[in-house]
Formats: sequence, structure tokens, C-alpha cells
Amino acid sequence: MFKGFIDKSRAKSPWIMHFDCGSCNGCDIETLACLTPLYDVERFGIINVGNPKHADVLLVTGCVNHRNKSVLRNIYEQMPSPKAVIAIGACGLTGGIFRDCYNVVGGVDKVIPVDVYVPGCPARPEAIIDGVVEALNLFQQKQAG
Amino acid sequence: MSKRTIIPFGPQHPVLPEPVHVKLVVEDEIVKEAVPALGYVHRGLEMLASVRDYHQMINVCERVCGICSMIHATCYCQTIEKMMGVEVTSRAEYLRVIWSELHRMHSHLLWLGLFADAFGFESLFMQFWKVRERVMDINEATAGNRVIVSVNVVGGVRADLSGEQLRWILDELVIMEKELKEMEKTILNDYTVKSRTVGKGVMTHDQALELGAAGPTLRGSGVEQDMRMLGYGAYKHLDFAPVVHPDGDCFARSWVRFQEVYQSIRLVRQAIADLPEGDLAVKVKGNPEGEEVTRVEQPRGECLYYIKGNGTKNLDRLRIRTPTFANIPPLLAMLPECELADVPVIILSIDPCISCTER
Repeated sequence: MFKGFIDKSRAKSPWIMHFDCGSCNGCDIETLACLTPLYDVERFGIINVGNPKHADVLLVTGCVNHRNKSVLRNIYEQMPSPKAVIAIGACGLTGGIFRDCYNVVGGVDKVIPVDVYVPGCPARPEAIIDGVVEALNLFQQKQAG
Repeated sequence: MSKRTIIPFGPQHPVLPEPVHVKLVVEDEIVKEAVPALGYVHRGLEMLASVRDYHQMINVCERVCGICSMIHATCYCQTIEKMMGVEVTSRAEYLRVIWSELHRMHSHLLWLGLFADAFGFESLFMQFWKVRERVMDINEATAGNRVIVSVNVVGGVRADLSGEQLRWILDELVIMEKELKEMEKTILNDYTVKSRTVGKGVMTHDQALELGAAGPTLRGSGVEQDMRMLGYGAYKHLDFAPVVHPDGDCFARSWVRFQEVYQSIRLVRQAIADLPEGDLAVKVKGNPEGEEVTRVEQPRGECLYYIKGNGTKNLDRLRIRTPTFANIPPLLAMLPECELADVPVIILSIDPCISCTER
């Protein structure tokens, strides 16, 4: 019964964590803007936490470089299952404008599995919220299956 | 004597939107030494100058840092224009000033919000970001994108402001000024806020000069230095003076930034009032050749671009020196002898932009 309660509340009130993996800050400030009064994702029960051990959804922005890919993997592994990863912005998807740089891995999915891709440079807050909602649907499927 | 402990701060930390790693050597609750470790956002985008042509590099320069993207692009375009001897029309110069100052406003409001969040005043954070959304709306309505506006081209600007849009911007500025006046009482006069900021992370006038601080961090220590006073672009026609506070603590720096938002509002009003008629951009032919240095004032301080061209469409060398790079040595001088709980406030007080620093 207790597990059912947790499963239900996890999909109804996901806790998100944001990690900047070498982006230009454009997507980061748009992610933060989602939390502020105009977009206000907290009304959907979404809350931003700083500890990966509390988080259900990981929002990753940026093109991932050779220095922070181990940090990214480390954070991903610390999150409890089931978990979802959302890559935000053109950089997070493929490396975007920085794909030719020497220090760029190019895409979050080269390091950790990604569930939802949110395009845009920078991604709009509406698109990010849409991505989180999409991840929650996946969550319910993951729990069922 | 108590034992020394090393506490890692970052790279992933709730107070930081960006990854920076600082090793704090603490004795009990007092920080004795701070050792930074950078490189988490290094992409190496200066190298892209050898792959992309000099027009495409504008887009790359805008993404050095998303928060002050407009000013990066302006600086880059000004450098190329100086090298190629291009005279920009005065309407384009004024439009650049309008968007630059809008960017400064949104950057400072963003910082004021994050700063309030750092000392645990979440409702103030929300209030500042609510005001900031008005600037984002202006950006979106006038240039088509919220954060990275992409209006600069070599030789001028890409977008124009219609009379209707100018009137709407002026109306929005009146509302913003009113909302900021209400918040001024809290961020600058509230005793709970003051107890977290006054006297924390003090840097004297001489120290600031010696360590080479830039921007509001420098002006918060009483040094009157603002690159806009060099009179680049349309700033030579506008009337303003650097905002200076003598105290050199976290409160002084937040005071300077808050007053600079008002200053930006005044500058936008002046620029809109004097906006001349004319073309938006001049045609540019040929490729840049030679060397050139340009300095502009970003929300965080002085930004320097050095460009070396060789007469082909690719640049030989692009070097960007950003304000946060200059502000890291002052930060390391502020941290020793502070309490561990004040570390987030002091780190944020220089307005760190790691993505600028590491590029």
C-alpha cells in the first residue's frame, strides 16, 4: 500500500534537479524562469531540489565537455530509480553551435540515457514545461511496466 | 588550534546555476582559504573562429554567455567594423544601446533575484523575476527571442523598432520603475537583508584596484570606472555617470546593481527620445585584416575582445577576456575569514558568470 502511495505521488509531484553541463546560461535561466511567477511550475507540484538523491527528474542543459561528463554520470547514478532525464536545448541534444569545438562531447545522450529531448536555442519555458509533462507520462509507463 | 578541514563547494550546488568548484579550507566555521577549480564549462569556442566565417562567429559570440549575449555580439561587431573601417548608422548605434541596456536590466534583475535566493529570501527572488519577465517580453516582441536576441550584424542591426513598439517599451518601463521602487525598500532597507549583506566580503578601494576587479564589483568599492564612459556606440551622446558606492561589501555591490537598473531605464528613455531616422545596416564588403581591440561594459564589468584577421573569411585569432575572469582574484581575497554560511552570498556578490569565464 505504501509503495502504491509513493508511485502515485511520484507522478503527481515530481522533484526536478537541474544540472548545467557547459551551456551558455541561456537554457539555465529559462529553466529557472519556469519556477518563477509567470510560468510557475510549482502549481503542478513540481519542485526544484539541489540534492540528486531527492530528485526524480534530471534536467540537463549544455553540450557536455570532457571535464564535466564524469560529474554528470555521477549525479545520474546517485538518483534513485525510476528516474527520467530531459536534455534541454540544441546543445544538450547534439552539441548545437558548439559541436565543432575541441572540448565538446556533443549531446547528453552520449553519456547517460535521455528520455525526453527539448529543442530550442535557448529552449522556451513553455517547451521545458512540456518536456517535463512528457517525462511524467513515461514515468507512469515505467512504473506500470 | 582547531583542525583544518576541506569542504568542496560545487560543481553542482543549489545556489549556483552553473558548475564551479571551490575547495574551502575551513577552521571550525571560519573559511581560511579558497582554492578554485575551473574548466567545467570550457568549450573552446575561440577555436571556432578557424571553422566558421566572421559573420557566423556573431552567433557563436552571442553564446559565450546567454545572459549578456547582446553585449558580446555588439563588442564583436564593433571590433570587426573598426578593422574594416565600416561606419555604422546612428540609428543602428542607438538601437544597439536600447537592446544592450535592456539586457543589462534583465541581467541585474536576474542577479538580484538569485542573490535574494542565496540568503534565503525566496519571495523576493520571485518578485525580481516577475519584473524581469517584462524585459523578456520586450525582447521577444522586438527581436523574436527571449534570451538570445541576435539583432547584431556586422555593419548595423537586423531588426527595427516601430513607433508603436517604442511607446509600448516606455509604458513598460514606467510600470517596472514603479514595481522596483516597491522592492527597493526590501532589498536595500530591510534589516534582515542587511544583516546578511552589510560588512560581508569586504574589499577596499585599493584592494579592488590592485586585484583588478571589474564592473559593479569594482564600483561597489568606490572606484569610478565604467567602460561606457569611453563613449563607444551611441553612449557618447547620452548623459550618465557611473554608479559608485564606497563601502566595498556585499550590500554595496547589490546597491550598485540596483541603482544601475534605474540607470539603464533612464538610458533607454534617453535613447528612445533621441532615436534618429536612418538605415539599419550598411553593406559590408571584403574580409577583415589586421588587429583590433575593443572594450565594452557588460552587466558584470569590462569585456575585452581582441581580433586578428588575415584577409580571409576566417579569423586568425579571437581572444575574449570577460569580467568574471577579472573578478575571480578579488573573490578569493574576499572569502578568507568569512563564515561558512556566508560563502554562497559572497560568491554570488561578484555575479559570477562561469560560462563567460571559461568560454
